[in-house]
Amino acid sequence: MTMAAPQFEAGADTAVQRDKWIHMYRQMVSIRLFEEQVNELYTRALMPGLAHLYSGEEAVAVGICEALRIDDYITSTHRGHGHCLAKGASPDRMFAELLGKEAGYCRGKGGSMHIADPATGNLGANAIVGGSVGIATGAAFAAKKLATDRVAVCFFGEGALGQGSLYEVMNLAQLWKLPVIYVCENNLYNEYTHYTETTAGDVLSRATAFGIEAASVDGQDVRAVYGIASRFVERARRGEGPGFLQCNTYRYTGHHVGDINREYYRSKTEEQLWKTERDPLKVLSEWLLAQGLAGAPALKEIQDQIRARMEAAVKFAIESPYPSVDEVEKHVYA
Amino acid sequence: MPESATRELTFAQAVREALAEEMRRDSRVCIIGEDVAEAGTPFKVLSGLVEEFGSERVVDAPISEAGFTGVGVGAAMTGLRPVVDIMFGDFITLTMDQMVNQAAKIHYMSGGHWKVPMVMRTTLGATRRSAAQHSQSLHAWFSHVPGLKVVLPSTPYDAKGLLKTAIRDENPVVFFEDKMMYKLKGPVPEDDYTIPLGVADVKRAGDDITLVATSSMVQIALRAADLLEKESISAEVVDPRTTWPLDEKTLIESAKKTSRVIVLDEGYGRYGVTAELAALIAEGAFYDLDAPVKRMAAMHVPIPFSPPLEDVTIPTEQTVFHAARSMCKPS
Repeated sequence: MTMAAPQFEAGADTAVQRDKWIHMYRQMVSIRLFEEQVNELYTRALMPGLAHLYSGEEAVAVGICEALRIDDYITSTHRGHGHCLAKGASPDRMFAELLGKEAGYCRGKGGSMHIADPATGNLGANAIVGGSVGIATGAAFAAKKLATDRVAVCFFGEGALGQGSLYEVMNLAQLWKLPVIYVCENNLYNEYTHYTETTAGDVLSRATAFGIEAASVDGQDVRAVYGIASRFVERARRGEGPGFLQCNTYRYTGHHVGDINREYYRSKTEEQLWKTERDPLKVLSEWLLAQGLAGAPALKEIQDQIRARMEAAVKFAIESPYPSVDEVEKHVYA
Repeated sequence: MPESATRELTFAQAVREALAEEMRRDSRVCIIGEDVAEAGTPFKVLSGLVEEFGSERVVDAPISEAGFTGVGVGAAMTGLRPVVDIMFGDFITLTMDQMVNQAAKIHYMSGGHWKVPMVMRTTLGATRRSAAQHSQSLHAWFSHVPGLKVVLPSTPYDAKGLLKTAIRDENPVVFFEDKMMYKLKGPVPEDDYTIPLGVADVKRAGDDITLVATSSMVQIALRAADLLEKESISAEVVDPRTTWPLDEKTLIESAKKTSRVIVLDEGYGRYGVTAELAALIAEGAFYDLDAPVKRMAAMHVPIPFSPPLEDVTIPTEQTVFHAARSMCKPS
């Protein structure tokens, strides 16, 4: 099934509705501007390692995480900054982690691909493609056994459709009616290869074969993502079992920041089309303006505030100390 | 051994008793694996547990080792204390990403914020005529990975005490049981006792040679020691009980005392447990040794099916006896 965005409910509490969508706009702008700073840090050689940017996919993380409670769980991916921010991580500790600083979420030991934060239910980003499908399903297993009423969301890219463990855990989750939602962010590319070259058959059928409720949604429309995610989350919370959500989206930049010359696998025209026609920030802001829920100056002010906040967070991270070398052998064992 | 009512239990009964006691003590402890419930596993180690604790806590899983091991990792992070059952140690190959890239690293990668208090119980050991995919002893693989602990019990007493400790540990612990030892009987107290991980046990004291032996090789070493005694050679048998954490001190002290050492382990010798232990002993006791440290381990072949072929692949009391005698009484 393909879901369209829910219509704005005239007659509902307009102020509450407006605040919700403006909050989502804020969250998406935060991710976009966070990633702009990451790109800057990386190209200025201030950031070690690799940087996989989430730009273009903001509506997925925000639409899903807004449907969750703070104590619900997520697992994230190597392209995970957006998930972490959307679940409530603070940019200063995230930047600190990206730079390998002690103030980072993992005391600098994890880096960009491993941000984890128990306070926001973030079980961790994972640098093995599909590596967290078991963990998310296990968190749902524990939630059910402990009757905590929590839901787990497993984010993964369409590249993880190639991993066998995904099918093992989907089978388990449906057998045991676990409160887990598998969110497939289909950004079209497995690294440098179009997913149709790697993926036989139909995506949703992979889940429906197990009897799992599955849907595809426009991943550039945060209202659509939020609408279907809310339904899946509430369904899982009621004990009705897992869900599978394919969010159709697009990765604006390369597989990582250094992936500059991309024309051998996708055209500039294609990239430009997504950026101008399907940009998630533009889609939401145009709707907010059309509905009279926000004016252009208010949206501009939000962007300016967040830009200032990100600049301050980067400054904090740059000025923060590295961990002491004797930290290297700490936390191998609990 | 504590002074309390002690009975003779088999190794399998001791494992089952440890699980039952921990499940009674802590409602978070659960078992996940293939045929763990009504079947009680093919080795019948878990018989009776589902009747006492129900199928909510003794959970039969599909044949999906990677999947349900991953579920164990996530469940351990979020409040349960799962004991994941991998029927044959050979099947750990299917769980490697979950154990090595996930369970072992999550505490460290998260800067100490998440913990993975899970146990993986699995088996090792050849000579069951099960051929190359059901006979391997692959504990060295996990011993190689920082973040995991590896336990190798060799008696019913150790099995119960070490398993209870493993379940209470805050880290992922892999617990290898020798499947040929499940019927071995030994004294086991009725008490709630635990044995710390990382403490070796001198199974037999001696003066002339040290036999460092793990898991299945402990009984081999003890029988070899009996044969050596008849030749007036006094062998000390030291069981590390865990390959990590490792009680280096006890191994090195014994080596210094006897001045001769054979290291025995049923895993492959090449780059294996015997190599590591022999190196540690050589580094720690070199100037007190009267002979090079000798290693005895599985031959570097896939385990064959045919009984006469399989039998020569691992050390026996006779091969250990002859090796020890020639070290002590060079001809």
